[in-house]
Amino acid sequence: MMFAITPHVRRKQRHETIAKWVFFGMAASMIVPLVLIIGYLVERAWPSLSLGFLIDVPARGMKEGGVWPALVGTIYLVVLSLAVSAPVGVLAAVYLNEYARDNWFNRIINLAVINLAGVPSIVHALFGLGAFVYAARFGYSIISASLTLAIMTLPVIIASTREALASVPRTFREACWNVGATRWQTIKAVVLPNSISGILTGIILQVSRAAGETAPIMFTGAVFFKAVQKGDFFPYRLHEQCMALSMHLYTLSTQVPGVKESVPFATAVLLLGAVILVNATAIILRGYLRARKKW
Amino acid sequence: MNTPPTSRPAEESFAVRKATRPAWDVLSERALEILIYLCGISAIVFVLGIFFFVFKEALPILGNSHFSLTQFLFSDQWYPTSELNKRYGVFAMIAGTFSVTALAMLIAVPFGLGAAIYISEFCGGRTKETLKVVIELLAAIPSVVWGFIGLTVMSRLIVNYTGAPVGVNILNGGIILALMSVPIIVSIGEDALKAVPDSYREAGLALGATRWQLVRRVLLPAAKTGLLAAVLLGVGRGVGETMAVLMATGHAVHIPHGIFDSVRTLTANIAAELGEAPANSDHYRVLFLTGVLLFALTFIVNLAADLVVRGIRRR
Amino acid sequence: MKQRAHTSLTRNLTSTFAAGLAACLLQTGCGKSPGSGPDSGGGSASKVTIQNKGSDTMVNLAQGWAEEYKKAAPDVDVEVSGGGSGVGIAALVKGTIDIANASRNMKAEEIETARKNTGKAPKEFIVGYDSLAIYVHKDNPLNEITLDQVAQIYMEAGRITKWSDLGVKIPGSSSDEIVRVSRQSSSGTYEFLREHVLNKKDFKLGSRDMNGSKEVVELVGSTPTAIGYSGMGYATPAVKMLKVRKTATEPAYEPSVANTLAKTYPIARSLLVYTLGEPQGPVKKYIDWAMSDAGQRVVEASGYVPLPAGARAKP
Repeated sequence: MMFAITPHVRRKQRHETIAKWVFFGMAASMIVPLVLIIGYLVERAWPSLSLGFLIDVPARGMKEGGVWPALVGTIYLVVLSLAVSAPVGVLAAVYLNEYARDNWFNRIINLAVINLAGVPSIVHALFGLGAFVYAARFGYSIISASLTLAIMTLPVIIASTREALASVPRTFREACWNVGATRWQTIKAVVLPNSISGILTGIILQVSRAAGETAPIMFTGAVFFKAVQKGDFFPYRLHEQCMALSMHLYTLSTQVPGVKESVPFATAVLLLGAVILVNATAIILRGYLRARKKW
Repeated sequence: MNTPPTSRPAEESFAVRKATRPAWDVLSERALEILIYLCGISAIVFVLGIFFFVFKEALPILGNSHFSLTQFLFSDQWYPTSELNKRYGVFAMIAGTFSVTALAMLIAVPFGLGAAIYISEFCGGRTKETLKVVIELLAAIPSVVWGFIGLTVMSRLIVNYTGAPVGVNILNGGIILALMSVPIIVSIGEDALKAVPDSYREAGLALGATRWQLVRRVLLPAAKTGLLAAVLLGVGRGVGETMAVLMATGHAVHIPHGIFDSVRTLTANIAAELGEAPANSDHYRVLFLTGVLLFALTFIVNLAADLVVRGIRRR
Repeated sequence: MKQRAHTSLTRNLTSTFAAGLAACLLQTGCGKSPGSGPDSGGGSASKVTIQNKGSDTMVNLAQGWAEEYKKAAPDVDVEVSGGGSGVGIAALVKGTIDIANASRNMKAEEIETARKNTGKAPKEFIVGYDSLAIYVHKDNPLNEITLDQVAQIYMEAGRITKWSDLGVKIPGSSSDEIVRVSRQSSSGTYEFLREHVLNKKDFKLGSRDMNGSKEVVELVGSTPTAIGYSGMGYATPAVKMLKVRKTATEPAYEPSVANTLAKTYPIARSLLVYTLGEPQGPVKKYIDWAMSDAGQRVVEASGYVPLPAGARAKP
C-alpha cells in the first residue's frame, strides 16, 4: 500500500533535513576551530619544533633556545600534585561509594565535592597563597604550588573514581560478602580490580589539567626564570620555586621582548601536544576497559 | 550507592574468622578504614578551608574605616595604589565579567545545545564517538593556550575583519570563553537528553513525527531542566575563567558600551595584581575580598545547577 | 577584649587547618607516593641558590644575568621572579630573598622596617640605567611630545583624549580617539610615570592595563591609534619612540644611551639592586660579576644603559 506524499509531509521532511543540517553545522563548528587553531599553531611553531626545543635551556634572554627547565618543572608539579590528590581522591571516593550511608553529613560532602570542582582557579590561587605560602609557612615553593594543584584536581578525581566504582555491579560485592569477606577485603579483591581502568582514566585526565593550569601556580611557586644546566634532571629542590610550561607561555607572550616568533607558538604546541597525548591515552584505556567489561 | 548489609556480612562465621585472621591484619584494616574516612571528609575540609582562608585574609579590610562595602560593590573607581586617595570599587570589573560571560553564553548556548542535540539524536556509532572525543579534547585545552590564541590569533582577526581599533576586547574574550564553555554545555546537555526515557521517542516516532518534531515537541520540553543545568555550569565556567580572559579582554577598567570595548574581569584583576600587592596591605585584602565575591558567585551558580540536576535524577 | 578573643580563635583555627593539611601530606607521603619526593634534591646538596625578586622592568635583565652567570659559575642557581619593585623590597625586608631588584629607591620606612626585622641596613647598588620611552605606532606622524602632554593624556581629568588635540591625523584610520595603553597599578613603571610625569595624580581609568612591558609595546605596535610607555629596552620595529621635551620651551631628546647617561632625557631612572647588609660569599660574587664588564654586557644586550666604565667593578 502506498500513501500519497501530501504537501504537509513534504514540508515535514524539508524541516527535518534543514534541522539535521543546522545541528550538524553546530556540531561541526566545534571541530573546525579546533582543527584550524591546531593547524595554525603548528604552522607558526614549525621552525622551532625539534627535539632540541625540548632538551635545551632558554638562551639569549629567553628569546631563543628550548624549554627544558619549564618542562621539568611542570613534571615536578604534576607528579607531586597527583601523588597527593590521587590517593586522597581515590580513598575519598571509596568512602563515599562503599562506606557512606545516605545521610545529611554525606550529602554535605557530596555538595562540597561538587562545589570544589566549580571553584575558579584564581580562588584556588588565593587559597594556596593564604594557606600554604603564608599560614603553613611553606613559602613560595614547589610544595605550595603542587598542594594547590592537588586540591584543585581532587574533586574531579573523586567524581571520576566514584563513577568507576559505581559501575561495578552490586551483585559482585554481595557474592564476596557471602563468602565471609569484610568490607575492605571485598573492596580490595573485587571492587578495585574491576574499576581500576576507570579510576586510572580519571587520574590520567587530571595530568593534563594540572599541567595546563597557570593561575594557581603563578602566586604559589612558579618562577619567571631559573638558571638550569642542560640535561639536569633534578634541578629543583622542593622548597624552591620552579619554572612551568604554562607560566612560561604566559611570560613569553607578555614579558619577554624580541622573542623569536616561533618560540611561544612552539611552547603552546608543546602544551597542546601533551594534553592530546594524555587524553589519547585515557581514551585508549577507556576503550580497553569497555572491551574487557563482560557484565 | 552500595550500602552493604546493616550488620557485618557473614555474622555467623565471625568466631572462625577471628581465629584465623592475625591481629595485625584486623588492626591494619581498621586503620585503613579510618584513613578512608579521613579522606572522605577531606573534601569538606578543603571547601571550608578555601572559604576560611580566603575570607580570613579579606576580613580585616571590612573593619577598616577607609573601606566601605557599598563603594566596593557599586563604585567603578579602582585606584588601589593611589598616593592621594585610594579607592577600591570593583563595579567596572563586575560589569566586565558579566558582559564577557553574557556574550560567551550568547554564542555557546545555541551552539552547545545544538551540538548536544545532534550528537544525541541525529547521529550514531562512529560519528558520535568521534564528536565526543573532539569535545573532550576541546575541554582539555589549557586556558593559558586559549589566552595565547586570543592574544595572537583572534585579536588580529578581529582588527582585520571588524575594523575595531584594538583586538583585545569583549568580542575576543567572549569568543574564546564560548569555545571554552561549549564542551561542558554539550556534555551535560547530552546527558540531559539521554535521561529522557526512550519510550517518549518511541511514542513520538510511532505517531509519525520526524526527528526534528520529536526534538522540538517532546525532547526539549522533557529535558529543559537538564539543559538549564548545562547552561548554568557554562556560566559558572565563564565567570571563573582566569588566564584566557586576562590575556584576551584588554584589561581596561571601565564600564563597556559595546562589544569592541576592552574590559577587565574580576578574575583577571586578581591575577594581574595579586603578585604585586604586598602581603597584608589593604590592596591585598581587597583582592581577597574579590575572591570571596567570586567564590560566592560560582557557589550559587553551581549549587543551582546541582539542585536542578538532582531534581531530574529524583524524577 | 572581644577583638583579642576573635584573633586567637582565628589563629587556633589556622593552626588546626595547617596541622590537618600537614597530616594529609604525611598520610599520602607514607601511603603510595611513587618515590617522587625527597630524592629530587639529591646530588645537588653542594649547590647554592640565590633568590632574586622584584621589578618587572628588570626581570629580563635579571634573567639575562642568571643565564650568563650559570656559564661562569655552574654550581650557583639563580632564581628570578618578577612581581614589582615593591614586592621585591617587601620580601627583602622580611629576609626571605637575597637580592631585591628595584626600579625605584627604597623608602625611608622600608629601610626602617628592614633594620627592625633583621638588624641590618639594606645596601643599594646601581647596576644600570633605563629611560622610560613613550611609544606610538610606527606610522604615527607624531615625533615629539612634552611631559605635560603625556600627563594630560594619562591623568585623571586630563584634557587630551584625541589625536587632533595634539595636531595629528593618524594615516589610514578613521578613529581619532587616543587608545591609552598603560600598566597595571603597582608596577614600578606605572608608579614611576605617576611620580615623575603625573605629579602623583591618579591615572584616567579605562586605559588598557597590560601585565607586561612587552604586551604594551606589542599592542601599540598593532594599533595605529595607540600610545604607551615602557622601558627603552622593549622597542620593536613596529613602534616608534617619541622624543621628549621637559617643557614646551626646552629641546626634545630621544631616549638613547648618551642622553640617558648625560641625564638630558627627562624621564630616566637608575636600575637598582638591594641586599640586606654588606653582601657575603656567593651573593657578593654575583653582584660584583653583574657590575663587571661581563655583567654590563648583559645590561646592554637587554636594551638598557650600562654603567660608565669608571663605575664598573673590577673582576
